[in-house]
Amino acid sequence: MADLTTNFIGIKSPNPFWLASAPPTDKEYNVRRAFEAGWGGVVWKTLGSEGPPVVNVNGPRYGAIYGADRRLLGLNNIELITDRPLEVNLREIKSVKRDYKDRALIISLMVPCDEDSWKDILHRIEDTEADGIELNFGCPHGMAERGMGSAVGQVPEYIEMVTRWCKQYSRMPVIVKLTPNITDIRRPAEAAHRGGADAVSLINTINSITSVDLDLFAPEPTIDGKGTHGGYCGPAVKPIALNMVAEIARSPVTRGMPISGIGGVTTWRDAAEFMALGAGNVQVCTAAMTYGFKVVQEMISGLSDYMDRKGFTSTDALVGRAVPNVTDWQYLNLNYVTKAVINQDDCIKCGRCYAACEDTSHQAIAMSEDRIFTVKDEECVACNLCLDVCPVEGCITMRELGKGEVDPRTDRPVGDYANWTTHPNNPSSQAAE
Amino acid sequence: MTTSQLTPGIVPGRLKADDYCTNFADVAPPLDRHEARVAADRCYFCHDAPCVTACPTAIDIPLFIRQIATDTPVAAAKTILAQNILGGMCARVCPTENLCEGSCVRETAEGKPVEIGALQRFATDTLMASGIHPFTRAAATGKSVAVVGAGPSGLACAHRLAMLGHEVKIYDAQPKAGGLNEFGIAAYKAPGDFAAAEVAWLMKIGGISVVTGWRLGRDGSVESLAADHDAVFLGMGLAGVNALGLPGEALAHVTPATDFIHDLRQATDLASLPVGRDVVVIGGGMTAVDAAVQSRLLGAENVTIVYRRSRGEMPASWHEQDHATANGVRIITNAAPVALHGQGALSEVEFAYTQAGAKGLELTEQTFRLKADQCFTAIGQTLSGQPEALKLDGRKIAVTGPGRTSRAGVWAGGDCAAGGDDLTVTAVAEGRDAALDIHASLTGGANG
Repeated sequence: MADLTTNFIGIKSPNPFWLASAPPTDKEYNVRRAFEAGWGGVVWKTLGSEGPPVVNVNGPRYGAIYGADRRLLGLNNIELITDRPLEVNLREIKSVKRDYKDRALIISLMVPCDEDSWKDILHRIEDTEADGIELNFGCPHGMAERGMGSAVGQVPEYIEMVTRWCKQYSRMPVIVKLTPNITDIRRPAEAAHRGGADAVSLINTINSITSVDLDLFAPEPTIDGKGTHGGYCGPAVKPIALNMVAEIARSPVTRGMPISGIGGVTTWRDAAEFMALGAGNVQVCTAAMTYGFKVVQEMISGLSDYMDRKGFTSTDALVGRAVPNVTDWQYLNLNYVTKAVINQDDCIKCGRCYAACEDTSHQAIAMSEDRIFTVKDEECVACNLCLDVCPVEGCITMRELGKGEVDPRTDRPVGDYANWTTHPNNPSSQAAE
Repeated sequence: MTTSQLTPGIVPGRLKADDYCTNFADVAPPLDRHEARVAADRCYFCHDAPCVTACPTAIDIPLFIRQIATDTPVAAAKTILAQNILGGMCARVCPTENLCEGSCVRETAEGKPVEIGALQRFATDTLMASGIHPFTRAAATGKSVAVVGAGPSGLACAHRLAMLGHEVKIYDAQPKAGGLNEFGIAAYKAPGDFAAAEVAWLMKIGGISVVTGWRLGRDGSVESLAADHDAVFLGMGLAGVNALGLPGEALAHVTPATDFIHDLRQATDLASLPVGRDVVVIGGGMTAVDAAVQSRLLGAENVTIVYRRSRGEMPASWHEQDHATANGVRIITNAAPVALHGQGALSEVEFAYTQAGAKGLELTEQTFRLKADQCFTAIGQTLSGQPEALKLDGRKIAVTGPGRTSRAGVWAGGDCAAGGDDLTVTAVAEGRDAALDIHASLTGGANG
């Protein structure tokens, strides 16, 4: 069994699976259960300033999106930061950390955007023995209207300023949590970098309305006939998160900056993907909220088995391994030609590939009277849609044409690597000649 | 002395009162809303779906299942009923394992098809429970059509004609409408008087009147109907039964299985129905299974189905055969009856094993006898009296295209017409299609 121990910005944990700052990490009771279940670390739910805590709504806080069989694919929430007194949280954090010294315990923070507020909170958490802090610049609802959360995260200058204060007034490692509710994730990451952050974590939740009650004509979750936008998370947001992680990992300015990957991690495979794109560890919330803390056991065994299969003795061997292969569209090999192949033994004859191709794509699948589906190589552009909609995994595969092999669609032999930058149809490339 | 399973002879009340309720409860309990949603989620929404091709009424199954999955079961029911007005009964009695579910791609993928029949029932039950009749009649055409037989084909034909604006008069020999749905299928397949409820719901379309106790040949003729109406549809089914043609057939307690099922379906108190201790059923179709299983459920100790060919050749589906054996019915195959024995009343049935010969099935020398105080014959039904002047195809009314008989202005469908496979759903399709052809004919369409 591979060693999953990770050292993330000097914070050690027995595995790279941390619980994200969220409802599951709001109390000692939950966090102890999480550690007992095997989680490597916990980012304690965001603490605010000293004083009367925030209040939450007393109606529904979550809205959900489902796939087949009511499988939860996306979750949205309008919960705020912790609504428990600061002293209670601090006492509990200290108590938990004392009993779980081998686990990572990070404190998430969100206070008004002024130096005194940050100085004060950093001072108050000093003796909890927590391993680090995470700056919540991501929450898109409730706190943002008060000038905190994503209101800070959307302004790179604020990120840089607050990060600098934190590095100045705290000895703890600083992780800056980024909001995806911006146009270019690299700008806030660069700001955190400039401010001296030890790492960034992303993504926080995405602004969203999950659904509309068609009788009340109100967004859900609905509070007394009204609804508001909330933060969207869960498996549905993973592709957005992966891209943002990759953008930071491959940007010349932020390359090498430690990243804690967040966004829809549900299985070991999701975690491995984040790590391959540069995340040193991952943070999980929705999967735990859907299935309970026990899911971490599958993540641990799955990642460990995968690393054994690959011969990786440490997570370092995995982290960032896919980053060099993330590129811009213009550098993709236009002479890479594949064709869909339908394995007739595996085909169950549902015809979804045919409907997809015939109605919405390139009319490249033939259907016989007796429901035999075959690819017409002379029409197939290798778009992959048939494979994507096929209910049988592995039934449709993409065959790569060898060099020199003639593509029946273009009647041209497969040539050497060539991309758009040098393509004759590219006006820029012609201008350059 | 009270009777029990072990009481010899043919006696009523072999079971305790509660047992009858348990035994004759819904054989396939309905899906609730959650179960239906879970089942519906398994549908792949296939292109040109094999299940639709396999359905004699060509119900758009992927569409109606998607409508259930999106929580619109009434819309799903409309999709079903637009193609098959008896979709509620078909959901209960169709051999789906041979039709839609048998061709489901998930049967190929996992050996476990989408539960199409149960989903169809969920949708149609939901709609019927709401009291909605989702169809309306077109403007009156002033034409009138006679429909003989209030079974599946007649009802489907009548409903479609009524929708199209014609006046319909159904003539049926039984005291109430429904045909085999009411009189000919096992009670546990459609409990709660469903057949009658479905007929009442179907009649809500309006424009359909029913004359009961009217038998073709006795109370009127094809010609008299043709004289009184603008068109005639014959859907009276097969009222006759094939005889064994064997010594001892006249012994007491040798009866057609259809009579037994008929009496059982109409019984108000199942405990009053007599049944033998040792029952033998001859035949291999659904009627044989229905009679055998219900004999067991009434408390018969030993029930045996004997079929002259192999298990694989039985007209009853594997599902039906399993249902029989699960209910304690023994199935003997490759044996044909040669004589029935007894003094006044039946005591034994004698069989000879069969084998494939040059000229078809042959009896072998090897015989055996089964103890029997009751024997039900289920070896096929026949057209009862040839409607005058209509050409026959074999022993059924010859038809071309959508049920046109040899006489202009007269259509036929369901079990009495040649072709088809004697299924409720096929009868519905034939009745519906004949109605469309009749409509085209009456309104000066190309088929006039």
